[in-house]
Amino acid sequence: MSPSFLFSQFMGGLTTAMFLFLIASGLSLVFGVMRVINFAHGSFYMLGAYLAWQAVQWLHPTGGGFWLAALCAALGVGILGVLTERVFFRALYGREELYQLLFTYALVLVLGDAAKFLWGTDQLSVSTPPALAGSVRIFGTTQPLYTMFIVAIGPAIAFTLWLLLSRTGAGRMVRAAQMDREMLDALGANVAAIYTAMFALSAFLAGLSGALVTPIQSIVPGMDVLIIVQAFIVVVIGGMGSLWGTFWGSVIYGQVLSFGILIFPGFSLFSVFALMAVILIVRPWGLFGRPL
Amino acid sequence: MTAPPPLLAIEGLHAAYGLSRVLFGISLQVEAGECVCLLGRNGVGKTTTMRSVMGLLPPTGGHILWKGTDIAGWAPHRVARAGIGFVPEDRRVFAELTVWENLDVAARAARRDGKWTIDAVYELFPILRELRNRRGGFLSGGEQQMLTIARTLMGNPELLLLDEPSEGLAPLVVEALLHNISALKEQGVTILLAEQGVDFSLALADRVYVLEKGRIRHAGPAAELRNDQELRNRLLSL
Ligand SMILES: Nc1ncnc2c1ncn2[C@@H]1O[C@H](COP(=O)(O)OP(=O)(O)OP(=O)(O)O)[C@@H](O)[C@H]1O
Ligand SMILES: [Mg+2]
Repeated sequence: MSPSFLFSQFMGGLTTAMFLFLIASGLSLVFGVMRVINFAHGSFYMLGAYLAWQAVQWLHPTGGGFWLAALCAALGVGILGVLTERVFFRALYGREELYQLLFTYALVLVLGDAAKFLWGTDQLSVSTPPALAGSVRIFGTTQPLYTMFIVAIGPAIAFTLWLLLSRTGAGRMVRAAQMDREMLDALGANVAAIYTAMFALSAFLAGLSGALVTPIQSIVPGMDVLIIVQAFIVVVIGGMGSLWGTFWGSVIYGQVLSFGILIFPGFSLFSVFALMAVILIVRPWGLFGRPL
Repeated sequence: MTAPPPLLAIEGLHAAYGLSRVLFGISLQVEAGECVCLLGRNGVGKTTTMRSVMGLLPPTGGHILWKGTDIAGWAPHRVARAGIGFVPEDRRVFAELTVWENLDVAARAARRDGKWTIDAVYELFPILRELRNRRGGFLSGGEQQMLTIARTLMGNPELLLLDEPSEGLAPLVVEALLHNISALKEQGVTILLAEQGVDFSLALADRVYVLEKGRIRHAGPAAELRNDQELRNRLLSL
């Protein structure tokens, strides 16, 4: 195996990882703060992809307008997040996991059908934004600029979220809400509004990652369920609710997937599931999580 | 001219945890500037009364008048923003936030400006200034109690609900706390205190309500209980 081949596997793993991080970060955030397991997070991601496609059609039917379309899609999904939180999720806080599971699974079915109804079952695709359509040569490999962009945006978003949570007043409020919701409420904070904002941020991130994936993956029904399983593995590996856990969980997932395929060709997900099993046995609370 | 309504007036308050009823028509008043004590043994309903006022346990009956407005059933953050500060008995500092972060969060939560700033509460509890970068979870019980009081003060409350501040603290720490709370009282903070211990409460209170099984058994000036050993025994050593 040549170094350039290994490097290109590594970059492939990193791209997968950073996409997964974008998606899983929102999942982890909502679990960390509200203790709600949102299976419909993958559906938000899927809607982000469809909305981005739709926005491109409206803005520039000939192609182009990608960045504006991606932003619109992310905002659209963020707004949908606010609505679902206000109407449905609010009733789930503090309820048993079973209710959360059943409800969010029902939402997966509803949103999946809605997407099929609105956009049909054909594959849709979006072209790469012209500014990033080229590629660069590194270590004798050809790396598309767009994947380089994704590899850069993952850590950027991780760092931004970390700064927000640990270094700003709003972040301190969120951490306090995470530790003792009732106490924060009695001190005068409108915790319900904080929850809505966190949920909106989480949905926004899901929508954004759905939009950003469109230039390299076609949009198909079922992408919601496919992604939520992977995002879950990442969050479990890293430790539920830990931001950096989710980040490193994604990196590990991406690399294990990318190199595992070389060892077990044909069983692409085998190594990932094996990894998750080992981590769950050794550290049931995940790499960066804490025992409950 | 009618007299202004009392700062807080509770009228016929009933409260329950699910089907188990706990308060049976509590009525009491707190005037501005007073220190009023709810005295009573384990489980008589002192905490429940305070939680009802705060909106943490919506009452099943009765009125809670704050400056004449019925606030029964308001959400806790509305009650806090109206000027009532709550110091819970189990303290509940934000364990993973530092002392300074705990105070900052409280100021942001209540959004009530006034004389209580971070510097002012450090003045009252100098130890908190030294410990400002330590996480709440790593403080001693007494330090946590001070932080909880300081944190509530950051909301500049007009009335402070203090639920058993001396519980579980060493005698020397209780002494220091007594001193701090007296200082607060002298600065004009109105206090409703819940206590089991007669010594602590009688040292601070102007008036006392003795609770028994969710009802008010006795109401009167604290001096009466301070001076009358026999009355004290009859009411409290049952
Ligand atoms: N969460 C709860 N669920 C059910 N019953 C409760 C709950 N909290 C308190 N109780 C009951 O309500 C009654 C009053 O409790 P409360 O906590 O108000 O008493 P207290 O006067 O504050 O006592 P203490 O001095 O022990 O703090 C008790 O009989 C208690 O068992
Ligand atoms: Mg109590």
